[in-house]
Parts: sequence; structure tokens; C-alpha cells
Amino acid sequence: MSGGAAAGGVVGKGGPKSFLLGVLAWVVGLVFFFPVFWMVVNGFKTEEEAAADPSLIFDPTMEQYDEVTAETTGLLGFGEAFSNSLWAVAISTFFVMLMAVPAAYALSIRPVAKWRDVLFFFISTKFLPIVAAILPLWIIARDLDLLNTRLLLIVLYTAMNLPLAIWMLRSFFSEVPRELIEAAQIDGASIRGQITSVILPIVAPGLAATALLCVIFAWNEYFLAVQLNNAGGETVPIWVTGNVSTRGNFLAKLSAASTLATLPVVLAGWIAQKRMIRGLAMGAIK
Amino acid sequence: MAEVRYENASRIYPGSEIPAVNELNLDIDDGELLVLVGPSGSGKSTALRMLAGLEFVDQGSVYIGENDVTLSPPQDRDIAMVFQNYALYPSMTVAANMGFALKQQKVPKAERMERVREAARILDLEEYLDRKPKNLSGGQRQRVAMGRAIVRKPQVFLMDEPLSNLDAKLRVQTRTELADLQARLGVTTVYVTHDQVEAMTMGHRVAVLKDGVLQQADRPRTLYSKPVNRFVAGFIGSPAMNLIDTDVTSEGVAIGTLGLTLDPSVSSALTAQDDREVTVGVRPEHLKLSTAGLPGEVTVVEELGSESFVHVTVEHRGEPLVLVVRDAGETTTTRGDIVHVDVAGPTHVFENGGARLGE
Ligand SMILES: Nc1ncnc2c1ncn2[C@@H]1O[C@H](COP(=O)(O)OP(=O)(O)OP(=O)(O)O)[C@@H](O)[C@H]1O
Ligand SMILES: [Mg+2]
Repeated sequence: MSGGAAAGGVVGKGGPKSFLLGVLAWVVGLVFFFPVFWMVVNGFKTEEEAAADPSLIFDPTMEQYDEVTAETTGLLGFGEAFSNSLWAVAISTFFVMLMAVPAAYALSIRPVAKWRDVLFFFISTKFLPIVAAILPLWIIARDLDLLNTRLLLIVLYTAMNLPLAIWMLRSFFSEVPRELIEAAQIDGASIRGQITSVILPIVAPGLAATALLCVIFAWNEYFLAVQLNNAGGETVPIWVTGNVSTRGNFLAKLSAASTLATLPVVLAGWIAQKRMIRGLAMGAIK
Repeated sequence: MAEVRYENASRIYPGSEIPAVNELNLDIDDGELLVLVGPSGSGKSTALRMLAGLEFVDQGSVYIGENDVTLSPPQDRDIAMVFQNYALYPSMTVAANMGFALKQQKVPKAERMERVREAARILDLEEYLDRKPKNLSGGQRQRVAMGRAIVRKPQVFLMDEPLSNLDAKLRVQTRTELADLQARLGVTTVYVTHDQVEAMTMGHRVAVLKDGVLQQADRPRTLYSKPVNRFVAGFIGSPAMNLIDTDVTSEGVAIGTLGLTLDPSVSSALTAQDDREVTVGVRPEHLKLSTAGLPGEVTVVEELGSESFVHVTVEHRGEPLVLVVRDAGETTTTRGDIVHVDVAGPTHVFENGGARLGE
């Protein structure tokens, strides 16, 4: 009773304007969330139910999940696609971070000559539509015997995410108070010591956020994978589209596959978010 | 421990024409606490950072002890610095903050902990050793920053306005503690402040900077009684010295109708030079309210308890001029009173260019 009164009081306090804004936020949130929700729901239906008039009342079944994860010889299985994706994502993100940290350092804390031009160069590599580069990429990959290999995607995803990671890390690094680095210098820390003991703990939340974005972008990447790796080394997005069949209903199956493909990213985001908030609290400067 | 020497040291920031520090020559003795003071932008921090190795020395040299450190990185200078905002490492505990430099020197853990604990004892920080800086008060953080400096037993302490983030009362208390600690440890210290009271109370010697140029480096008392130029005269002392532009006549110099008796060394210097306008300086405590003297009207009375400062508007060269006169704490003077101002102590005379005349 008193709880309800208190809650009512809180709403009342903000006035009708903030109440309306709250309602609006919920409506917008629901509109955005609904397709995802519907995808998850459809994954637990039979094909007939999914194809019939939309309904929330049905008998949930794991049928579709069993079917999409079933291994059929000759066809791309979920396990294989998942492991291909995992390798491509994890290793490319590792290399991206390994290269982006020193690059960001050289662009913010101890800016190299013409650092603005360097920064612009990095982002300019993203100007070219990837579709315009696909043919040369394909030829190079073919000549290097890399078509349909995990290695190819590792290299491409590293290149794809590196500029973004450098930009993000640079802005995080720029927020490290100059005095802290100077204090570390005076305390006798080498450049490596300054980075590992002083800078990285402060930018840890930023590192987590950057790595998470790289993971998401690489995990969801479809175009390069479908053009260059359609007969080996296929990733999860390709496996998802493999569940589209030309005959019969496939909405429920596709929904189940899509849900499976989404799950790791959502989980990673959820875990990273918790860590990032803790990191932010820990890294507070003042 | 070591002496410090600046030799014609200049710093010209890239993109700037005027040096931020201009041909600085300064010798700091072993164990001395030298205070760099000056208005904002006068180059105090820059001078300190040149000594720290954080700022490039464009011309001249900097020595710590026998070593020319002009080109050495901060890591190799064996100095410790206390920053204005303390610059404590946010991810480390107080103990780790204080022990960080020792860790870099590869001091074994047991010794490190021992030295950190000793410094914590001196600074009354023992119960906070496991806390993170963000969970400390401003005063405690300041002490941790001090602790980080003293555990190192460095050659030189550098401090850039280390007390400016404390409230007035804590600042006064900490200033005494800091001076005491410095004397006990006997480590050569360069201390930057823009607060001239802090400078006068703490410094064994005080160096006054203006626009990157060293004006005077002397013991506080000398700085006060014999300022080398008009700028130092006006900068040191609170309230500031009365500085009055006046003409030299055959009778000497006067404020309004009040003729001044000058030191013989000043009189001879006065007659020796052509330029006929000078600046006369009198500190408020060297003026008094009396029955005879220069008449004027009281406009403001600042009562500070132990003393009061009376602002008297007098006529000088046909124009109103405000003189600040020190009076007793229990003054009966009030606004609107007509009083007489007389000189009751030494006066200073500065030539047109600002330099002191006579002794
Ligand atoms: N990084 C920089 N680049 C260019 N000019 C600078 C830089 N740092 C300081 N300056 C200039 O050099 C001059 C001296 O600055 P400095 O910081 O040494 O003054 P300060 O005496 O410490 O002043 P404050 O009391 O305000 O701290 C100023 O005119 C300032 O604008
Ligand atoms: Mg400064």
C-alpha cells in the first residue's frame, strides 16, 4: 500500500510532462523490441503455427531448435558455423585490440607528427563501399589460396574493425588526465609501465566497450563472409540463411536459427555492460 | 639531496614568440625551500616543469647536484612532484600509490611496505592505506600526494600549488606542517604558489617571476623591505604597498602637500638622473593617522580585528588619490571622517622604468 503511494508520489513529483515522456519511452521501446520478441516467439512454434495468423497462444516446442542444430552430412552444421564464427571473431578482436592500443597511444597521449592526418587516413579506409572492393579482395584471396578459410575472415575482420577501434580508444585515451601520466613518468615508470599500470586501468571500460563493438561487428558480418567463404569457413550468418528453403514454410526454423545467432551477442553485451559499469565506477578519477 | 641550478634556462612554447620562462638564472641550495611566486601566467609552473623534465628546455641548462639534467627524461632525475590536483592513480590503493615509485625502482616488497608505512605514519595516513583515492577527503588526498613524494627520498621535491585545492583553514594548517616536514627531511624543495602569503611564510627564499622573467630572489624579509622594483613592491605584501607617481622638485618628492624625507642614497640617485617623474612606495603600516599631515576623507574602513586598514582619499597633483593606512584594531575612525595622514616609516622610490633607487 505505502509502496504504491510512494511510487505514485514519484510520478506526481515529475509532473504530467515527465509522466508522458515515460509513457512515450515505453511505447518506443516496445515498438523496437517487438520484432525481436516475435522472432523469439516464432522460434518455439511449429511451421504451421508460425505461418498461420499471428497468435500468442500456442504449445511451445523445441522442434525447430532440434531441427536447425541437427547435423546433416554435406550440409553446413550449426556447430561448425559457430566455431568458425568464434575463431574469426575472437582472433580478429584480439589482434585489433593489440594494434589499436599502441596506435591510440601514439595519436592521443604522445601525438606523433601529423596525427590528425593519420587519424583521417584510418577513418578514410571506411569511406569505400565494401562492395566496390570485393572483386579485388576476391582475386587477392584466390591468388593467396585463402578463399573459404577462417584465416581470410580473421584478416578481413581485423582490417575492418581496426580503424573504428583506434578512433574509439583514442577518445578514451584522451580523457586520461595528463598529470597522471606525468606523475608516472616522474615516479620512474617506463612507457610500458605507464600504459599497463596507469593508463589501461583507467581506460578499461573503454577497452571493454571497444572490444565488444568489434565482437558484434565481426559476429554479424555477412557480406564478406557470403562472397568469399560460401564453400568452407562459413560463419553463423551464412548458416542462418541456410535455413531459408525454396519450398515449404521456414519462418519458425529461421526464427529459431536467428535467435541462436543473436544469443551470443546479447550475452556478450549483457556481461560487458555489467563490467563496464563496474569499470567506470572503479576508474573514477576524482 | 642536492642543490639545483638554472642557467639561462628558457622555454619557448611552440607557436609562441615570447618565452614562457626567459633566461632564468637561479641557484637553490641543498636543503633549501625555495618558493616560486608570481601572478597567473608568469611562468612558475613552466619553470618547475623544466626542472621536472616535463617541459623541454629550449635554451640554457638545468642542473641537479653536479649533473646536467637538461636533456634527461623525468625518470632519470630522481625527483618527486606533488601536483595541484594531486594526480593520484585512481585504480590503486593509497599504499600502492605511495609505493609505486619504489616498485619501479625494484625495491623488494618488504622494504617497500616498510617505507610506505613509515611515510603513512609521518602523515597520519595509516588507517587509509587500503582505500582508493576517490574515497578520501581533499585533505587526505593531499597527504597521500605528499606521501608519494616522501617515500622516495628523492634529490628534490617539486610542488605546484599543492595546497590550492584545500579550504582556507586547512591550507594554513597544512602549510605549517609542510614547512616543518621539509625542514625535518632536509630535501631541497621548489614550491610554486601564486599566494604571496604562502610564499612569505614558507620560503627560505622567494623568487618572484613576472612574464617569465625572474624579478628578485631573496629572503622573505629582504623581499619585503628592499623590493628591487615597482612590481615586486606591489606584489609582495597584503594589502599592497601604496604606489604613488609623483614629480621630483627641488625640494625632493611629495605626496600631495606632504614632503618626504628620503634616504641619502635615494636623494643622491634622484639628483643624478634626468627623468623627473618617480614612483614613491609606502606600505600601509608605514603610514599613520595623525593630527598633522596630509588631510583626506575616509572612504572605507576594513576592520580585521587585530588591525584595521583605513582607505583615505587625499589630493595629489590636483586629483583624488586613495592611500591605505594601517590603524589599530580598535580604531574609532569611520567613513566620512576627515583625517590626516603622515609617514611613519621607510619609503621606497622607484624610477620611471620601475627599478629601485638607492639602497
Ligand atoms: N602547453 C603550453 N603551450 C603554449 N603555451 C603555454 C603552455 N603552457 C603554458 N603556456 C603559456 O606560458 C605562460 C606561463 O604559463 P605557466 O603555466 O607557467 O604559468 P603559471 O605561472 O604557472 O600560472 P598559474 O598561476 O596560472 O598556474 C602562460 O602565458 C601560458 O599561457
Ligand atoms: Mg601554474
